[in-house]
Amino acid sequence: MTSSTAKPMSKFSNLHIVIGLLLLSTVYVTICNLMFAEGSAMHVSDYTVSLFGKYLCYALLALAVDLVWGYCGILSLGHGAFFTLGGYAMGMYLMRQIGDRGVYGNPDLPDFMVFLNWTEMPWYWGGSDSILWMVVMVFVGPGLLAYVFGSLAFRSRVSGVYLSIMTQAVTYALMLAFFRNEMGFGGNNGLTDFKEILGFSLQEPHTKLGLFVATAVALCIGYVVCHFIVNSKMGRVVTAIRDAESRVRFVGYKPESYKVWIYVVSAMLAGVAGALYVPQVGIINPGEFSPLNSIEMVIWVAVGGRNSLYGALIGAIVVSYAKTRFTAIMPEAWLFALGGLFVLVTLLLPKGIAGLLPSIIEKVKALTATLIGNKPPTATEKQASEVKS
Amino acid sequence: MLRFFSVLFSCLLCWQALAETAPSTPNTDPSLAKLVKQLPKTKLQKMAPLVEKISQTNHPKTRDLLQYLMDGELYYIKSGRAVVRAQAGDNGQYLLTDVLGEKTYEPLAKSKISKVKTNNRLRGTIRSLIAQIELTSPDKVVRLEAVKQLLDNPNDEGFASIETLVSTEQDKDVLNLMRITLQLRQLEIGDHSQKMAAIESLKDSLEPEVKNTFVSQLNALPEKPQDADTKALKARLQKAIQNVQDKRDVYAVVENIFFGLSLGSVLLLAAIGLAITFGVMGVINMAHGEMIMLGAYTTYVVQLVFPHLIEYSLLIAVPAAFLVSGTVGIIIERCVIRFLKGRPLETLLATFGISLILQQLVRTVFSPLNRQVAAPEWMSGSWQINPIFSLTFNRLYIILFSLMVFFALLMILKKSSLGLHVRAVSQNRDMARALSIKSDWVDAITFGLGSGIAGVAGVVLSQLTNVGPNLGQAYIIDSFLVVVFGGVGNLWGTLVAAMSLGSINKFLEPITGSVLANIIVLVGLVLFIQKRPKGLFPQKGRAAD
Amino acid sequence: MIVDKSGSPLSATENISPDTRHGVILYVEDVSVSFDGFKALNDLNLYINDGELRCLIGANGAGKTTLMDVITGKIRPDKGKVSFGQQVDLLQLDESEIALAGIGRKFQKPTVFEHLSVYENIELSLTGDKGIWASLFGKLTGEQQDRIAEILYTIDLIKECHYPAGRLSHGQKQWLEIGMLLAANPRVLLVDEPVAGMTGQETERTAELLTSLAGKHSVVVVEHDMAFVRSIAKKVTVLHQGSVLAEGTMSEIQSNPEVIQVYLGEEQG
Repeated sequence: MTSSTAKPMSKFSNLHIVIGLLLLSTVYVTICNLMFAEGSAMHVSDYTVSLFGKYLCYALLALAVDLVWGYCGILSLGHGAFFTLGGYAMGMYLMRQIGDRGVYGNPDLPDFMVFLNWTEMPWYWGGSDSILWMVVMVFVGPGLLAYVFGSLAFRSRVSGVYLSIMTQAVTYALMLAFFRNEMGFGGNNGLTDFKEILGFSLQEPHTKLGLFVATAVALCIGYVVCHFIVNSKMGRVVTAIRDAESRVRFVGYKPESYKVWIYVVSAMLAGVAGALYVPQVGIINPGEFSPLNSIEMVIWVAVGGRNSLYGALIGAIVVSYAKTRFTAIMPEAWLFALGGLFVLVTLLLPKGIAGLLPSIIEKVKALTATLIGNKPPTATEKQASEVKS
Repeated sequence: MLRFFSVLFSCLLCWQALAETAPSTPNTDPSLAKLVKQLPKTKLQKMAPLVEKISQTNHPKTRDLLQYLMDGELYYIKSGRAVVRAQAGDNGQYLLTDVLGEKTYEPLAKSKISKVKTNNRLRGTIRSLIAQIELTSPDKVVRLEAVKQLLDNPNDEGFASIETLVSTEQDKDVLNLMRITLQLRQLEIGDHSQKMAAIESLKDSLEPEVKNTFVSQLNALPEKPQDADTKALKARLQKAIQNVQDKRDVYAVVENIFFGLSLGSVLLLAAIGLAITFGVMGVINMAHGEMIMLGAYTTYVVQLVFPHLIEYSLLIAVPAAFLVSGTVGIIIERCVIRFLKGRPLETLLATFGISLILQQLVRTVFSPLNRQVAAPEWMSGSWQINPIFSLTFNRLYIILFSLMVFFALLMILKKSSLGLHVRAVSQNRDMARALSIKSDWVDAITFGLGSGIAGVAGVVLSQLTNVGPNLGQAYIIDSFLVVVFGGVGNLWGTLVAAMSLGSINKFLEPITGSVLANIIVLVGLVLFIQKRPKGLFPQKGRAAD
Repeated sequence: MIVDKSGSPLSATENISPDTRHGVILYVEDVSVSFDGFKALNDLNLYINDGELRCLIGANGAGKTTLMDVITGKIRPDKGKVSFGQQVDLLQLDESEIALAGIGRKFQKPTVFEHLSVYENIELSLTGDKGIWASLFGKLTGEQQDRIAEILYTIDLIKECHYPAGRLSHGQKQWLEIGMLLAANPRVLLVDEPVAGMTGQETERTAELLTSLAGKHSVVVVEHDMAFVRSIAKKVTVLHQGSVLAEGTMSEIQSNPEVIQVYLGEEQG
């Protein structure tokens, strides 16, 4: 009786199915965008490509939220902060790529600094023109915030709604801070008017397609990482922490360290999502810190089904798609719909869409079994299969 | 056309003036009318006695007449020699008003009228006469104002009249101010001993004018005084300035505390409802801010429905807002929250959804724009404690009101049977139920109470900020932090937390600016809660875990 | 941070072996705990010998659970000394360090990880490196797997080993928690009301198991079921109002007039 045999085989196929589907749809979108001419029924427009790119960023973000909330029970209402910090790291890099093509044509300073009559760059902008710096900061920025906040909060055993409110408060404070011009991140307007990334023009459809593919790859990697974590013993410790934190202590684990660690990993994933998001939408501003954004991420996961990685992906994509459609047709109804979604999902569908799938599959199985004439599975078998899923 | 209206307007003005003065005083004082008639004929040299005579007529228009004369607005019409007040109107015409308020005149061209002549000396005389009239006015406020006027624009005639009047003045405030005025005069023109005496008696005065005079006197002294007198004077002046400055600093601190307490009261009102729903019941309600918002909109609607009752609108709005928010709270509790018992994170999400719906609802019904809520008369104005320190009535009322609400709530929870039931249910639901307490009913009522108080907070907020759909959002995080900071389940803790946070914020504000103060307080709170997760006044015991 | 007698600090992750040269493994000396003026423990003194089985009895509110909380680090006493062997000051350690040092606890209300399977519950409780990297990349060795199987056999949950623990019956959860204790293989086991909700047969088996554990381990049992206590106890400590009222064999305790008055008397009356 080994732990690998103890693990149901279906989980492995889950991973393969999700990654396979993701890669397939990426290839499909790429081909349809490149090969088929505009007007063809098969054509996927550039607009759609960048829209999908955005959705995939959200999906990665949802994965990050699910990792801490679904598996570790930390309801973070501040993941928007990590996302935005990652975005700002990318935004700073893109800002420096503008060079002297800005409105003021200053080769050294970004436009907003010229506008504020600054003569030199603040120290923390140093190095921001290097791609390496950017990549490091995308991880370090959110990771550091998560580490500092996490170690403080988890070590003093703040949990539950207190923690949620505190994450929200920190995010709110960051928003206020970034709105200030003195912070040196462009104040109200944030960072925008980007020209190119790695020498490719951001206006080019091919660049957009490239970003979309890069996001898909990042999402796949993120998914594999999360899958590995939740299926290791670490994942089981983390689940145990979620269900009975004090009991975990009496078994000899340090829940604080585990929580900090998983919080940092999650923050970094969110940071990557933010960094990929910024070049695709062309702007990053403090509005992204707003508490509403962070809580919208949580509803993606709630709708998709927490405690299920693919559920988070489904939730992010479905809700974002609904938002796109709603805001196009009747913008004022979106908040009603979103609010209603919060209430309905928590009341009626606590396991989300992913929670529905196994029972649907089971029903289909039972139906086919009776149709074929086999006897339906016994109660214990049913239980066992539910355990596996 | 325009001219017609302006005529009409001036007629109206006269009519009104007449109507106002008619009942109390004889509208034609024959002596004043007679004296006025002399004005156009009198030579400049003979004007002074005439003006003096005019000033002695106890006519309601006397002061105005002198004022016009001093301002050079007094004319007479060349034909008929009637004395009028003339003001330049449009296209070269002059609007004429009868100085005694009897007749009405058509506007005339400049050439048809002629100015009653004055010169500097005469104007000086008139100024002192006016001051005298005012200083002897039976109305205390007018007298006080006149002395203040004199403090700001010192002139010899004024001082002269004060010197004579100071012995007869009865009112304490006026007398005090008169003395200060005279002392200042001494300080400026007196000899050394007079100056020293003046400083001595002025050193406790907080009038801004006193300090200004001290400073200007000090500056007038030589940098390195030679003789002993000047040295002593300089030292005395410096000490006096320091003394005044110290007092001002003290009052600045007191003022900050007052502002802090008033901000704290707002926080208290916003948080106290939450202290019940979250602190006592353990239910997290993210729509709490929207309960506040509903209360503010209720005030708006009350003023809309009873536009003639603005003065009483707040008195109507307080119970109305309590009912509206309370009812909405009960509906939320019955329809959503009770199904999520024991699942705080789900409750948080569901109530957040409700807050979005309520915001959008208000946006749809009332438009997304901010709404203006009028302040009743009695809320405006301030309580002048001394020349540099005053308390505005609206802040004062808010502090009192929030304390009232707080203690009322404390009484409800401590003394009433509802309070007993609430505490019983919050401590042991099953046991309470076994004692035949209807725990469902208690939950609903408690939640309604907390929400209702949030509504009342909304009424207060409507007096301080604009009423808009996002009103509540700004307060939700603060309210939670206040409740957690004070210690969950501890109403006194909430009071202390709200007041101290308000004060800290207001003391930081002058140093850092309001946004940074906000950030510092937020971050400080977050750090504090991490040090002491159970807040300032934690609840201890076996059940606390 | 643990500091031994000579003052050199020991890290918590190091295997701490308590100094039991005097035969005592757990020292609780002059410990007081109060909640808002209520003294839950009042200058309590208790010494548990290495390898003994000790029963703690006492009325509700006598301080039994609070005492366990103090030993396992859940509650910090207002004053007093608690040490593991002679040199390990337990008041300097947090819960997980105390657990790692070798003090295991079973709770009054069975707490297992409801969403994990029975197998995984045992797996998490096994002795071994409990750091992050080990959990992330570690795999169970064959030896460990055998140990899990052995424990599952002992607690009779082999059939249920892939069930989520939340689905077990109350008695099975009690067993699972005992199994988790066994997996951790602690020097001292603190067992709070182990037979609540068990059938007569199960109770008997529990008694057997606990008796068999004594010797290799020190076992402290808190129990209300007097019959059960009688069946296992060699030495009984009676707590009353936060301090030790009497200590001795069951028959000594039963004949102690004070005990009869405050505890047994109540039960019989």
